Amino acid sequence: MSLLDIVLALPLLGFLAVLLVPRQNEETIRRTAMVIAVVTFLASIGLATGLSSDVPGPQFVTDVIWIAFPEIHYHVGTDGLSVWLVILSTFLTPICILISWRSIDKRVKEFYAFLLLLEFGLIGVFVSLDLFLFYVFWEVSLVPMYFLIGIWGHERRIYAAVKFFLYTMAGSSLMLVGIIYIYNRAGTFNYTTILDMLNGGKLGFTPGEEMLLFLAFFIAFAIKVPLFPLHTWLPDAHVEAPTAGSVMLASVMLKMGAYGLIRYCLPMFPDASRRCAPWIIVLAIIGIIYGALVAMVQPNMKKLVAYSSVSHLGFVVLGIFSFTQLGLDGAVYQMLNHGISTGALFVLVGLLYERRHSLEIADYGGVATAAPGLSTVFLITTLASVGLPMLNNFVGEYLVLQGAAQANFRWAVFAAIGVILSACYMLWLYQRVFYGDTPEAVADHVHDLNHREWVATVPLLAMMLWMGVYTASFLPPITRTNYAILEQSKMNVRFRVAAPPHAPYLSAREVRLGR
Amino acid sequence: MNFLDQIWLIPLFPLFGAVVMLLFGSKLDPQPASDVAVAPGVELTHDGHEAAHHHHGHTHEHAHEHVTGHDHHGGGLKTVVSLLCPGMVLLSLIWSAGAVLQLANVPERSHEVIQFTWLAGLPFHMAGGRLATFSADWGFLLDPLSSVMILVVTGIGFLIHVYSTGYMAHDNGYYRFFGYLNLFVFFMLMLVLANNYALMFVGWEGVGLCSYLLIGFYFHKKSAGDAGKKAFVVNRVGDAGFILGMLLMFSVLGTVKFVDVRQILGSGNFRAETAGFGVLSTMALLLFIGATGKSAQIPLYVWLPDAMEGPTPVSALIHAATMVTAGVYMVARSAALYQLTPHTSTIVASVGAFTAILAATIALVQNDIKRVLAYSTVSQLGYMFLALGVGAYWVAIFHLFTHAFFKALLFLGSGSVIHAVSGEQDMRRMGGLKDKIPITHWTMFVAALAIAGIPGFAGFFSKDEILWQAYSSQQGSNALYVVGLLTAGLTAFYMWRLMHMTFYGRSRVAPEIEAHIHESPASMTVPLTLLAIGSVLAGWIGTPRLWGMSGWFRGFEQWLEPSFASAAVEAVKEGAHDASTEGILMGVSIALALIGIGIARYCYHIRPEIPGAIEARCGPIHRTLSNKWYVDEIYDFLFVNGFAKGGGTLLGAFDRNVIDGGVNGAGWFTRFSSSFSIWWDTWIVDGTVRLTSLLVKVSSYPVRIVQTGRVQAYALFVVVGALAFFGYYLAR
Repeated sequence: MSLLDIVLALPLLGFLAVLLVPRQNEETIRRTAMVIAVVTFLASIGLATGLSSDVPGPQFVTDVIWIAFPEIHYHVGTDGLSVWLVILSTFLTPICILISWRSIDKRVKEFYAFLLLLEFGLIGVFVSLDLFLFYVFWEVSLVPMYFLIGIWGHERRIYAAVKFFLYTMAGSSLMLVGIIYIYNRAGTFNYTTILDMLNGGKLGFTPGEEMLLFLAFFIAFAIKVPLFPLHTWLPDAHVEAPTAGSVMLASVMLKMGAYGLIRYCLPMFPDASRRCAPWIIVLAIIGIIYGALVAMVQPNMKKLVAYSSVSHLGFVVLGIFSFTQLGLDGAVYQMLNHGISTGALFVLVGLLYERRHSLEIADYGGVATAAPGLSTVFLITTLASVGLPMLNNFVGEYLVLQGAAQANFRWAVFAAIGVILSACYMLWLYQRVFYGDTPEAVADHVHDLNHREWVATVPLLAMMLWMGVYTASFLPPITRTNYAILEQSKMNVRFRVAAPPHAPYLSAREVRLGR
Repeated sequence: MNFLDQIWLIPLFPLFGAVVMLLFGSKLDPQPASDVAVAPGVELTHDGHEAAHHHHGHTHEHAHEHVTGHDHHGGGLKTVVSLLCPGMVLLSLIWSAGAVLQLANVPERSHEVIQFTWLAGLPFHMAGGRLATFSADWGFLLDPLSSVMILVVTGIGFLIHVYSTGYMAHDNGYYRFFGYLNLFVFFMLMLVLANNYALMFVGWEGVGLCSYLLIGFYFHKKSAGDAGKKAFVVNRVGDAGFILGMLLMFSVLGTVKFVDVRQILGSGNFRAETAGFGVLSTMALLLFIGATGKSAQIPLYVWLPDAMEGPTPVSALIHAATMVTAGVYMVARSAALYQLTPHTSTIVASVGAFTAILAATIALVQNDIKRVLAYSTVSQLGYMFLALGVGAYWVAIFHLFTHAFFKALLFLGSGSVIHAVSGEQDMRRMGGLKDKIPITHWTMFVAALAIAGIPGFAGFFSKDEILWQAYSSQQGSNALYVVGLLTAGLTAFYMWRLMHMTFYGRSRVAPEIEAHIHESPASMTVPLTLLAIGSVLAGWIGTPRLWGMSGWFRGFEQWLEPSFASAAVEAVKEGAHDASTEGILMGVSIALALIGIGIARYCYHIRPEIPGAIEARCGPIHRTLSNKWYVDEIYDFLFVNGFAKGGGTLLGAFDRNVIDGGVNGAGWFTRFSSSFSIWWDTWIVDGTVRLTSLLVKVSSYPVRIVQTGRVQAYALFVVVGALAFFGYYLAR
């Protein structure tokens, strides 16, 4: 039993523990959930510090048979790519519990139970090394989110929840077909074995086969990212979801898609990935500009942030499909950055909503006078979101742009338009909400942050600064893993890979993911 | 003490001040933060027209307070702020001075301190086969170029801080103001001390942020919020150019470190792109786009005049001494690149010259004292780019250096004027202030002579050198020279128009304000005096070669030489023209400056009715100039309302109706087909089943009648059957 198993099991135990508490004891429920979430977070830090730079491939591995036939393993492990996403999930869950402390007052027990179940599913997605297990976790994470939106959401919650569910299901059922097809060809669901077979020539796909399989996986992931034009579930889901739901959705669930692209599409279907890359990049760039322009005119704060996510995630996809080391590093870093800064934005919008009971920008104004602390936190978050250097997003965007520029300078030029526009819509939002005269409704209701809210927001700010200034704490493991994935994606490629071979940074045996 | 190894401390002092102010400032502030917007009248006494008209009661009281004392309200805690923040900049100044003095003893005149790796990637092969590693350090470089910049930033910055303790004494956002100011100095020092483009970009964007915060300092005023946002967004457009230039630089050169870039470009692998517009020219052009944003050049100068919404010391700090010079510094820093890209250099020079004259024409008709200075700044920055474009890099930095003194002085002086007349900024309601605020007048008098280019004052030396280089260098041309010369004449005119409208002639000040006109406190006049001294002396370290001086008098060029040393600069320095030409040109520009001053005096002092007559006669021209050539309106139409809002609205509708319409359509189709399926299921599939069952039912009806389940009935049937059977049998 490795530390990873404990990190994975804790939220599930928490889920059961919360279920055992009688529903009247709401304070006990909240505290139980909080304690479990914090312990999970602390345990997950051990994963990052314990990650060895010498060991190639996944670490903290557990591989036991779960279902005898067809042989499905409980096979989990983590590496430089997934470890940060796991920590991102465990980092945000306590924050979500804190900000829901007062705002969730009906069905408290179910809420926290679902939140912990969601955490369990998300961690599971990132650490699975068995295709079927991955699919199971993928669906497990879907269910609690469906209920979080559907029960605790706003007016149109049912529409949004169903839309969210159907969109994701449409993609994931295609992926399931792909997974079963691969099982039929390879005789195993074990991902590391499948990669070894692909490398060793024991398993091969015809170009047509590979393209179809790639698309089956890609569409599932692209919906989740979301990539233009598959994004329209996102604004609805965000607007209707409760704050904690929006935070987990934006910060972690969207990363499932991008993670899937890096973890599965690139190594398993390198040829198809590279063939489709120009088209996907066009969609990503459209998403960057389109998301920003649409965000600009949204009258609803959550919708604005949701469309900004479309724009930011466009950078992630651009980085991934630039097939450069810097682009891929930047994409992963940008995933984490977006998790922190957009998560923080949703937290803050949620705090405003708790006070003024409106998400319409027009209902606000002059909040800087009424709540200077909240305004300062919001300003720093805004600046992180627009990519101000010394804060986290800049690093990701810069690396992605550098990677894109190396692949094709024109891509970088178009993507840079998104950088300009992000400043426009975020600062305009900030001006309309925080500057100007303070209407009475705002002055009366919008009070400054209390201690609990400070505790929830300060860690987010600290992360923004840390990730923006001292990248050496985060980047090296990402770079190592991405190097291996990029090498893997050069195998079995029929047309010539344009980039010349990289200088040896890892030993040849480390190059292969897995063994 | 080894200051050289401690240059990383220089930016950290003001950062410390900023962090303390912004984290704990509210505790030091005597008034609750929520009062900030409750008492706008108090703040508007310094900036804004309303004060003069709507808050007479307030303004008079406060005007008295200004005279009587500083720590009137606020007490000891305010003193802490007043000591801490300027003190931090003073520490930076001391460390900078120490480091620069020690740098003079370093033979190669260059010292690098690297603290840690900020961004790092894996090594990879460039197109040429060379191995490159993407990395950007958190590292600092002190060389002659950055030494000039840190001295300007900390020196002028310190004086502006001191001035602000007086100017902002009665403002409710006192601690917040100083927090931002210190933060600004931090980022500016990062910008000029960074040893690579990526870290320079940290400062680059950071000063943009601080200008956003400082311009929008009175954030409850919509115009202030708008101006701050405009400054940030317009700068962002430039920043996108900067970042793209940086990306291209890494892709082509494999490094973004200043020292390495210069070494690689000088290694001989790259030739000057004289033939066509190649990759280096593109790179240089992209970087220049970044510079046009920060340094307010065409087409991105529009934010600077609006930025006057900020408190006056901010204008001085941002517009004069520091931020706007960032673009000039960056291009000078990239001198090795621009030397190889004559086409881009020509663009730089042309944009600079055109901006210089365009801004000067607008400044001719402005009535707001700060706006005249804002356009003047744009115009002077144009001069600097003109110098950069013709390859006279040290001259651009020289003008940057002298301009910092006299323009900071002009801005701070205008602040003192505004302070004296209770917040009035319109020069049409000033006049005759000379004797009432003598220190302000005499210091501004010096600055006005300096900017007009009167020999002996700082501006003369640098401006004349620019004009000479524009004429004589290989990159220069007669057209550039003529534009520069005309601008010099216009500058002399509009600056002395300002002086006459403000200080001389008949007083047009409203009578109730007139009674309270007073000289500013020492915390403001002492910085003015020091800057005035600088505005005279700063030029004497770069006297014209014609004058035949040496040593200190030519010290500036010699000091900067290691930063720009190369064949191209040498050629520029020699010049292709003789001394007599230089003498003639110098005479021409002095004459033009005097004519400009003379006309200003004639129009605004001797015959004050003339401007009105000209205005009446040349309505359209005057209107066009007053409306700043309608550039703002055109930009609004094209970009703000057209591209951004129009595009956003259009795409928003597209998103709702087409994309989501498709999704909802699919949903509708699913529902329709499922309804149809239900119908089909109910009536056809199930109908068939039910029809069958009905048939069975009908056909089984007779059987069902008899199947009653009652034993007696069955017994009866048995009996009846048996009787019938027997009956039949018997009957047969």
